[in-house]
Amino acid sequence: MDEFLLRITLAAVGVALAAGPLGCFVLWRRMVYFGDTVSHAALLGVAFALALNLPIFLGVLICAIGIAAVILTAESRLHHTDTLLGVAAHSGLALGLVAVSLITSIKVDLMRYLIGDILAVDWTDVITIWVGAALCIGALVWRWRPLLVSSLDREMATAHGQNPRREGVLFTLALAILVAVAIKVVGALLITALLIIPAATARLGAATPERMAVLAAITGAAAALLGLFGSFQLDTPTGPSIVVAALGLLLIASIARRLIR
Amino acid sequence: MTAPLITTKDLGLMFEGRAVLQHVDFSIHAGEIVTIVGPNGSGKSSFLKCLIGALAPSSGTVSRRNGIRIGYVPQKLHLDQAFPMSVARFLKLAGGDAAERTILAAELGLGDIQNRQIADLSGGQLQRVLLAHALIGKPDLLVLDEAAQGLDQPAVAGFYRLIEEVRRDLGCAILMVSHDLHVVMSASDRVICLNGHICCEGTPTIVSAAPEYRQLFGHGTEGALALYRHVHDHNHDHNHNHNHGPEGHDHG
Repeated sequence: MDEFLLRITLAAVGVALAAGPLGCFVLWRRMVYFGDTVSHAALLGVAFALALNLPIFLGVLICAIGIAAVILTAESRLHHTDTLLGVAAHSGLALGLVAVSLITSIKVDLMRYLIGDILAVDWTDVITIWVGAALCIGALVWRWRPLLVSSLDREMATAHGQNPRREGVLFTLALAILVAVAIKVVGALLITALLIIPAATARLGAATPERMAVLAAITGAAAALLGLFGSFQLDTPTGPSIVVAALGLLLIASIARRLIR
Repeated sequence: MTAPLITTKDLGLMFEGRAVLQHVDFSIHAGEIVTIVGPNGSGKSSFLKCLIGALAPSSGTVSRRNGIRIGYVPQKLHLDQAFPMSVARFLKLAGGDAAERTILAAELGLGDIQNRQIADLSGGQLQRVLLAHALIGKPDLLVLDEAAQGLDQPAVAGFYRLIEEVRRDLGCAILMVSHDLHVVMSASDRVICLNGHICCEGTPTIVSAAPEYRQLFGHGTEGALALYRHVHDHNHDHNHNHNHGPEGHDHG
């Protein structure tokens, strides 16, 4: 395998391995829209990074954490969470696009941040991705039981002496890290897809949360490999190809499940 | 008398600029059964959430006895279909040892459904599972937030019978929010009418044998209040806005 192929394969698989289990929690906690908001608003982070000449990863991480904090604070005071998330997601995206255009004197290829540009990933990015993925998975393993309990019902968890707020903050931080490492691979528009499609696929074959998380990681990695292969064969953009591969796996799993029953 | 399990002093809660609760002074002691009734939107659930520590009050204080164990049965468990969780696993997440879980599961008739997924259970089964979950670890106080909502009439009766049995065995205090008048009358030591503030409280009079009871049953909170014998003379000269629901009620 040549060095270039190894590099981008490692990048895609690393992101997918962490996205799978995190995506399970996104589904369990009904945070799909929240994930969307944080990842769309990550584009603001790109503008931020370009303006201050920071690494993209850092700019997106800071911005993702900031947006998540704002939403979580507002959410505890308002009823209209759906509206709030919808407004934040799309204005974040639009603001990000405008800001990136304003800030960069040279013409920046916006598509690179919207749907990812894995071909531009270097070894530093690969290391960042694997460190970030390890942090995400580590956080889930470390707080697995309290995270599960707090995902069932907040009040029940509190009554049982847990602190669901703390678990929520930890989970959100992990999500922000994932968004930051994933933006170069699948782009701001498709990060949520990489989170939830493998997790939804895994649900079809899992009766316990642990099995679902492991299956989601495996499914995600398989989608990453298939997507990479497909994008080289058909000369299609890599990020969307990975998501299409994930969708293909979901459809196959759904049909297989029906046939078995 | 031992220290109360939970006490609130002048508790107030604001939400989106609206006073959900104000000036609530409340306490519950070991072994007591207290029922809170009140119209929709009267702050019953919010009050319970303040008591268990899931909501921070905007003013006043909530004090829980040191090391208190609380079992909480929510109105509903909004478990997503995407959450794979068997009954056995769910109970295990509540802690306790295997022997305790087995005994509780048998007592609540969950033996056959241990391997079923939570998301596939019927309303009645789910409520029994949630009750078992709350009882693991022998709580000092069992808190039920309209736990029988959505069950049909026989199932509600059965569910409350279960609660009474459980209480006989464990001796825990029970605090429930209910609009089920039969339960208000037969099982509670004290009934509290909440409508943003405590309107009135007292011992429920035993009238379940009376023929009038059947007529009143099911007529909403208005009917229930007629049954209460007010322990103290209720003085309505509060210095705050008396914000009753549209039904209004008769403090008599």
